[in-house]
Amino acid sequence: MTTPSTSTAESDDAVRLTGISRAYGAFTAVHPLDLAVPAGSFFALLGASGCGKTTTLRMIAGLETPSTGTVHLGGQDVTALPPYKRPVNTVFQNYALFPHLDVYENVAFGLRRRGIKSVRKQVGEMLDLVQLGPLARRRPHQLSGGQQQRVAVARALINRPKVLLLDEPLGALDLKLRRQMQLELKRIQTEVGITFVHVTHDQEEAMTMADTVAVMNAGRVEQMGAPADLYENPASTFVANFLGTSNLIEAEVTGAADGILRLTRAGQELTLPAARCRTGAAPGDRVLAGVRPEKITLVHGDDAEAVPAGRNRISGRITASSFIGVSTQYVVDSPVGPDLEVFVQNVERDTRLVPGAPVVLHWNPEHTFGLDAEQDIDAGLDAGSDTDTGSGSGHGGGAARGRTEPGTGPGDSTGSTDSTDSAEGAAV
Amino acid sequence: MTAAAAGPLSPPAAPAPAEPGKAQRRAAARRRRVPYLLLLAGVAWLLVFFVAPLVYQASTSVQTGTLEDGFKVTWHFATYWDALTEYWPHFVRSLVYSGIATVLCLVIGYPLAYTIAFRAGRWRNLVLILVIAPFFTSFLIRTLAWETILADQGPVVSFLNDLHVLDVTSWLGITEGDRVLATPLAVVCGLTYNFLPFMILPLYTSLERVDGRLHEAAGDLYATPFTVFRKVTFPLSMPGVVAGTLLTFIPASGDYINAELLGSTNQQMIGNVIESQFLRVLDYPTAAALSFILMAVILAVVTLYIRRAGTEELV
Repeated sequence: MTTPSTSTAESDDAVRLTGISRAYGAFTAVHPLDLAVPAGSFFALLGASGCGKTTTLRMIAGLETPSTGTVHLGGQDVTALPPYKRPVNTVFQNYALFPHLDVYENVAFGLRRRGIKSVRKQVGEMLDLVQLGPLARRRPHQLSGGQQQRVAVARALINRPKVLLLDEPLGALDLKLRRQMQLELKRIQTEVGITFVHVTHDQEEAMTMADTVAVMNAGRVEQMGAPADLYENPASTFVANFLGTSNLIEAEVTGAADGILRLTRAGQELTLPAARCRTGAAPGDRVLAGVRPEKITLVHGDDAEAVPAGRNRISGRITASSFIGVSTQYVVDSPVGPDLEVFVQNVERDTRLVPGAPVVLHWNPEHTFGLDAEQDIDAGLDAGSDTDTGSGSGHGGGAARGRTEPGTGPGDSTGSTDSTDSAEGAAV
Repeated sequence: MTAAAAGPLSPPAAPAPAEPGKAQRRAAARRRRVPYLLLLAGVAWLLVFFVAPLVYQASTSVQTGTLEDGFKVTWHFATYWDALTEYWPHFVRSLVYSGIATVLCLVIGYPLAYTIAFRAGRWRNLVLILVIAPFFTSFLIRTLAWETILADQGPVVSFLNDLHVLDVTSWLGITEGDRVLATPLAVVCGLTYNFLPFMILPLYTSLERVDGRLHEAAGDLYATPFTVFRKVTFPLSMPGVVAGTLLTFIPASGDYINAELLGSTNQQMIGNVIESQFLRVLDYPTAAALSFILMAVILAVVTLYIRRAGTEELV
C-alpha cells in the first residue's frame, strides 16, 4: 500500500487528472488532458464513440493504465493503485452484474470484500433507495433492463465511493425508461451527495443531468462548462454542431465599433457582439457567425416591414418543413446558405409558411456567436446525436447551412432530442 | 398461438380462401410431428445399441448354467451378492483410482483451461488443438507409450530414482521399490493422462463464456485478483467443473486398459475383472452382474456428487 501522498492537488476536487494520456501503439486514444471534478458535482464526459471518454473513465477507475500523467482522487495520488484499492466504484455499460448471485448478494459484494460482517441494514437501505427491496432474492437475469441498471447503481453506491463512475449506464434502455432513469440518477446523486462522473454520447442526457459537461472529441476536451453555457456559447464548431443544432454562416468582418462587429455575407448585413466572438476579428477577417435555430423568428416575406429595426435579418425561401408536435422545423434557402434551420414553436401557426414561400429570418444580434473560421465547419455533425440522418448537402465553399435534412414527415420521431432543445430554448 | 402463426406460412397451394381453417390445422399437425421425426434416428440408435444390450445383460445376470449346457433365466439374484463379496476390493480400487485421477485432472486441467480461455490470445486455437491432438492416436497406443516412458530402465524412472522421489512414493505405498510400472502410481498417471482432455474441454467451454467484464466489476468492488477467482470466476465455471469431472470419472472408473498395461494383478480395477469374466472365465452371469453393480455404484456416486455440487452456486 502506498501511503496517500499529499501533492499539489486541491482536496476539494474529487478527481484531478493531470496531463493524463493513453496511447495504444501509434493510436492516441486520449491526448494529455487536465481535468478537475469538484467534489459533490455531477460531471459528464460527452462525446461520440471513440472520442476517448470511456478510456478516460477507465483510467480513473484503474482499469486502464495511463501512458502519462497522474490521477488524484480526493487529494490522493492513485495512479499506481490497482482498481480494488481505489475509492471509486463503477456502473458499467452492460451493468456486469454477477449472474450467479442474487440482487442482495450483488449489492453486498463490495461490503463483504471489505470485511464488513453485518451488511443487512446497509443493503436493505440501498435497495430501498433504488426501490428494489421486494426483488432482493431475484437473480439478475430475472430482472428487466431498468431494474438491472438500478442494481448496478446500488452495488456501486453502497460502498460510499469518493467518486461514482458511470459508463454509458443508460445506453441499453429504451427512450422512455432512459428519461425516467436520468431523473432517478439525478435524485440519487442529490440524495447521497457523492461525486458522479458520467460518460455518455447522448448530449441531451448530459445536459439534463450534469452540473458540468466536458465535450470530448478525438481524445481532447473541446470545451467544458455548465450545460447552458456550452449550449449558448460554444467555443468550437464541434461543440456548436454536436450539442444541439447551429446555423453557421461564414462571413467577412467589415467593421468593429462599440463592442459590436459588423459582418457581411452575400450582401446581407449581420452584427455580432465582440464579446461573444471566440476569435480576434479585425476588418477583413473571416469569422463563422452562428445562431441556434430556435432563436430565429420566421415571418412571411409580406410582413417584412414588421421586423423591428436592429435585428439581424436574412431573407430567403422555405425549402422544407416538418411538423414535430411542439414545434415546426423549417429549412430555408438564402443567399448566405442553402440549409438554414429554424425551429418555430407551434403557438399560432402561420398557414402561409409552406415550402416555396418567401420569408424573412430575424433574431436578436445578442444571440449570435462568433467562431474561428479556420475550423471545419462540419465538425461534430456526423458525430452528433441520432438525428443525423445524413451529412446534408455538400458545400465546399463553407457557406451557411443547417444541420440536417429534416425528416420527410412527423415519422422522424428520433428527432425528439432536437425538438426538445428547441422547446427548451424557446422557453428561455 | 403457434397454430395461428403457422397459417400464413403454409404452402400457397393449399386452398386457402375456401377453407382456411382446415389448411391451418393440417399445417399445425405437420408442425407437431416434426420434432418426433427429428428424434427418430437417435431413439432408434438408443434402442438398438443401449436398451437392447441392457435388457440382454440384465437377463444374463440372473441366469445360471454352464457353457456346455447353456444358460437359463432362473432369477438367480445370488450372483449379485457373490460378485460383490468376492470383488468389492476391485470396486473400491476403481473408485479410488478414478477419483484420484479426476482430482488430478481438475488440478492440472483448470489452470490450463483458464489460461487458454483468458490469456492465450492468438495462441488459443493452437493450444486447443494441442489439447485434442492425442485423440488422433488410439487410446491403446497412447497407453502403450506410457509403458515405454515408465519402463524400469527408462530415463524417467532413473531420473526419479536419482532424486529419491521413488523412495518417498514407496513409503507412501503408491510405488514399489525402484520401479513405477505395475504400481498404483502408474495406473493413476495413465488414467489422468488419458482423460485429461475430457476435463479441459468442458472447463474451457464454461470459462470462455465467463464475461471478462465481470472480473473488472469485481476488481472495481474491492476484490483482489484471488478473490475475483474465488467469488466470481470459479463459481461461474461450476458447470464446466461438474461436466468435466463426470466425463473423467465415469469412463475412468470403468476403464481396464490402464490397469492392464501399466499395473499388475495388484492394481486390477473392476473393469479388468469384468473383462476377464466375460472373455476368459466365460462366466457371463457374474460378468453381467458386475457390470450392473458398477453402473449402480457410478450412478449413486454421481447423484451424490451432483446433489453436493448443486447446492453450490450453480448457474
